[in-house]
Amino acid sequence: MTQVHVTTTVNGDEVEFLADPRETLLDCLRDKVGMTGAKEGCGTGDCGACSVTLDGRLVCSCLVLGVEAEGKDIGTIEGMADGDDLHPLQAKFIEYAALQCGICTPGILVATEALLKKSPDPSEEEVRYWLAGNLCRCTGYDKIIRAVLDTARDLREGV
Amino acid sequence: MKYHTPATFEDAVGIAANATGVTRFLAGGTDVLVQLRADIVTPDDLIDVKHIPGVRDMTQNPDGSWTIGVAVAGAEMTENPALIADWPGVVEGMDLIGSTQVQGRATLTGNLCNGSPAGDAVPGMIAAGASVSVTGPDGSREVAVEDIPTGPGRTSLAKGEMVTAVHLPARGQNGGDAYLRFIPRTEMDIAVVGCAVNLRVDGDTITEARVALGAVAPTARLVEDAATALIGSKLDDAALEALAAAASAACNPIDDKRGTIEFRTHVAGVLAQRAAKIAYARARGEK
Repeated sequence: MTQVHVTTTVNGDEVEFLADPRETLLDCLRDKVGMTGAKEGCGTGDCGACSVTLDGRLVCSCLVLGVEAEGKDIGTIEGMADGDDLHPLQAKFIEYAALQCGICTPGILVATEALLKKSPDPSEEEVRYWLAGNLCRCTGYDKIIRAVLDTARDLREGV
Repeated sequence: MKYHTPATFEDAVGIAANATGVTRFLAGGTDVLVQLRADIVTPDDLIDVKHIPGVRDMTQNPDGSWTIGVAVAGAEMTENPALIADWPGVVEGMDLIGSTQVQGRATLTGNLCNGSPAGDAVPGMIAAGASVSVTGPDGSREVAVEDIPTGPGRTSLAKGEMVTAVHLPARGQNGGDAYLRFIPRTEMDIAVVGCAVNLRVDGDTITEARVALGAVAPTARLVEDAATALIGSKLDDAALEALAAAASAACNPIDDKRGTIEFRTHVAGVLAQRAAKIAYARARGEK
């Protein structure tokens, strides 16, 4: 199978890899770029564990081909913290214990960061609908929702 | 699998027309990639249409009509206030597909060409009177949206043909549309029944109407008898009753654990009434 040379940007850094056209962006990120933060849950766009941003738009990386990433700007969970300083959402998730096994957490953090960029003052309903495609089998969601709403409040008040 | 990134529709059609194996066009990929992974469809030639100029554009034409590119994602439609003001029912149908992540990629054209009877974007387009431009090796044609699907997973597109744009008519004065679906959950599910109503009023009286149903027959379908029940009425109880009866009579659904034939047939009538009330209110400028 012919491999395709792909040049893309991940979290601001230029990245190159060779992809079989059948491989998903998720597989390329994990197996070729070495970024294993995005997880494969279902592989069919139902669970959101593989969430990344593609040119700023939230997508499931399991529903994007690696070859489609050519010339694109990709954002992953690895780009969320600033060095050792956690993003406010990450810190709040720990404070609220909004995770247990952690498999869904990178996807939920990437998704909620995208939400707060678009909507800095979301209602609880808005957060719940936004995260409808991010499945978590541990927490029952309540801590996640509260952590997101509390982070949004902090960010608005400049805490 | 060969991955192609043609720069024009002519090139895309040329690749598809000359292909000897299985061909798929790739826009948002939210169906194609799932089928690829599940080994349901493994294309020999995958033709990514997103490098063709204009496919990401939503354009309101001078006559008020809209041209929606084949790679415009649902999330982009829901961020377009002018499109929502004209065709709220079309946009709300598209917006019901999948999650936020799926909305970042899924397209009107993909939902149509996937050929699912339950595609949430399709009844709204049919009710709106939308058409698509189809280009193939023998030239181009305009096709009404209701004439594209021919059965579950099947379309009237010939080998080498592809949809190159979706056209929504000018909204005009005193018009409104709406789409509703029934699902057992609140989000992230496939329609058990879907219904779109598009109508125009003169004062209190409905002068034009189109009603489309989804998930209750092998394809989404236009229900002319349901439109007839509305036209000339003031959406009174008798008109609503006739509407529900016509919608139910048009059903030929499957019988499965998600909805029995009896249930789907009944709900089609209920949703038609509710969607008609919303469309009527929108046509009269009420929120």
